[in-house]
Amino acid sequence: MFITRNKSFFIALSVFFVVASIIALALFGLPLGIDFKGGSQLQVNYPNGRPGIETIKTTLAALPDAVVQPTGESGVIIKTHTITEVEKNAVIATLASTDTVTESSFTTIGPSVGAELKQKAVVSIILVLLAIVLFVAYAFRKVSYPVSSWKYGGAVILALIHDIAIPLGAFAVIGHYTGAELDTLFVVALLTTLALSISDTIVVFDRIREHLGVDEKHNTPFETVVGESLKETFARSINTSVIVLVMVITLAVVGPKSTQLFAIVLAIGMFFGTYSSIFLASPLLIVFEKMQKKHT
Amino acid sequence: MLKRRILSGIIIIIGAFLGFLVFRGVQPGHTDIVARHPFRLGLDLSGGSALLYKADVSKLSAGQVNDSMDALRDVIERRINAFGVSEPVIQVQTGLVNGSRENRLSVELPGITNLDEAIQTIGQTPFLEFRVQSDEPQKAIINNDGVVEINPDQNFVSTGLDGKYLKRAQLEFQPNTGEPIVSLQFDEEGAKLFEKITGENIGKVIAIYLDGGVISAPVVREAISGGQAQISGSLAPQEAKELVGRLNSGALPVPITLISTQTVGATLGAEAIHAGVKAALIGFVLITIFLIMWYRLPGLVAVVALCLYIVITLLLYKFIPVTLSAAGIAGFIISIGMAVDANILIFERYREERSRGKATNDAMDAGFARAWYSIRDANTASSIIAIILFWFGSSLIKGFALTFGLGVVVALLSAILITKLFLRALPTFEGKKIGRFLFSSGFTK
Repeated sequence: MFITRNKSFFIALSVFFVVASIIALALFGLPLGIDFKGGSQLQVNYPNGRPGIETIKTTLAALPDAVVQPTGESGVIIKTHTITEVEKNAVIATLASTDTVTESSFTTIGPSVGAELKQKAVVSIILVLLAIVLFVAYAFRKVSYPVSSWKYGGAVILALIHDIAIPLGAFAVIGHYTGAELDTLFVVALLTTLALSISDTIVVFDRIREHLGVDEKHNTPFETVVGESLKETFARSINTSVIVLVMVITLAVVGPKSTQLFAIVLAIGMFFGTYSSIFLASPLLIVFEKMQKKHT
Repeated sequence: MLKRRILSGIIIIIGAFLGFLVFRGVQPGHTDIVARHPFRLGLDLSGGSALLYKADVSKLSAGQVNDSMDALRDVIERRINAFGVSEPVIQVQTGLVNGSRENRLSVELPGITNLDEAIQTIGQTPFLEFRVQSDEPQKAIINNDGVVEINPDQNFVSTGLDGKYLKRAQLEFQPNTGEPIVSLQFDEEGAKLFEKITGENIGKVIAIYLDGGVISAPVVREAISGGQAQISGSLAPQEAKELVGRLNSGALPVPITLISTQTVGATLGAEAIHAGVKAALIGFVLITIFLIMWYRLPGLVAVVALCLYIVITLLLYKFIPVTLSAAGIAGFIISIGMAVDANILIFERYREERSRGKATNDAMDAGFARAWYSIRDANTASSIIAIILFWFGSSLIKGFALTFGLGVVVALLSAILITKLFLRALPTFEGKKIGRFLFSSGFTK
């Protein structure tokens, strides 16, 4: 199987992407949205055509920290520190003094709510990772030869860290160039990526488990077993990913604006999640087995 | 075989009929059971406002907090109902901020996008106060029916006795006449104050003010000790009941501050629905093409099973009911992909067994049996994540977790029940060229 033969290359490619993501994170940082840091976000619509962003910024001189971004064909998103309903109405009145403007949406999130969401996001990601290791170790508890069930869990965790790091890095780049900010939906996208990636990995591992169960005397080298399992599940992994990707990309292209970024992040996550299931998790198992052999 | 075919036919007909009802239910003017349970749309799709308040419970003992929060919710619910909002959702929530519990009240107002008035109606802490007549000449008249008529020009002054001393108000009925009485119970300090005030004002009117307006003005007959007071005479039962509610709300010692708001205009919401439905439809058509091109006859079966999956899921959304947000629609769209996955696992496995020389039906059975473990494990992992997401819980994420989790469960059931039944109801064309073509996949002929 070409994957097991070239496993060093595929693992190295993963490492490359993870390192690149970490560099992107270090360079650009993660811009937090109002979900996490608190603040106000106002979306308005210019039915008669949107004036230039700079013009709007000049109009909003009273809000020096306001970030103004275009959205859709004629909309504008204004992000600022927490403002009250009255202050918001004043902002709209100011905007309406030069152009026809309608309010599309207004969101204010207090700092305490933001802090709580941030904490919950981190906790839930850790919880998901923990739950998955435990589940995989449990599901594969009867498989202890040639690698212990905990090592399946370990391979899954490394793959999942890869799945989290790359969308984060990608988001740092997207955020840097488009002004997009991290929100709760991003966390949802990340966790969904984990769900789909873990499903893929489990399907491959299931095959390995099945082969090991049939081959009671362990005549076949582990590497061959993994290679066979990968070959047999390859079409299914690719087809499933293609179908979910089709759905996600459709969502990104024609779906609601509010979930567009979510869908893009999910598409990136899906792509690398599938990669890690096929090209990373299973080759890692072989590496683990080889390391074990050296020790004994 | 014949039995399976008949059963499959019945399922498809029922599914088509239910699908028709779901589709028809979206248009107005139908009153069947499906149409009577409309899709429940979140604020981001229907337009409206969500407000989140923090309650300051620092003055309460730990045991009082839950009761006070429930009382607060009731009061605010009454105020909003008076404001005329249809189907408001008012919930007590707790949040954890840096390890300490924060008591919150979430208020959702569908259709309301002008928040100023709503915030004012909700935001003021109800203020109950007892006032007495000043020593200026007074013009209170008690007419023949015993109704106290108050001249608004009358000069009432604060006594210092206000809502924070009132323990509770209760609706009672006079045993003899059946006349409603509102009884008030003050706390210890309030009782002393009340005794002093009544003692000084025998024969005079004490006015009870709520938020600056007079709600009742009984005449003092004697000094009252023990902190028990009654408002009687002239009250209709409904009036008395409302008064009790308002007095209890006036007695509420929970100040609230607004910490988060969200307003979505109806236009933006309508656009989001339109785009979400369009994305689901286009995605579905693309998947249909792919499945039939790649998996041929079983692919067609998967598409039919997928249609049933969608109808079942949409019915569940209506009847549970699930509040659909843009994130919820995203969860649904992704769950369609998950539903297909179970089918693909079965087909691939089936194809493999076939290539080992098994007959169509045997290969089918073996394919199901073997694929089951993968489907089970993969869906269990997804369910775990859906549950954690649901716990994570701002309403946005709950919506996603619910549609996603529901999708995982329904997908599992539809794969092992519906797809299996349909596949085994198909003619196998054993040994014929056309059979080999229809049951092969990918680029093979």
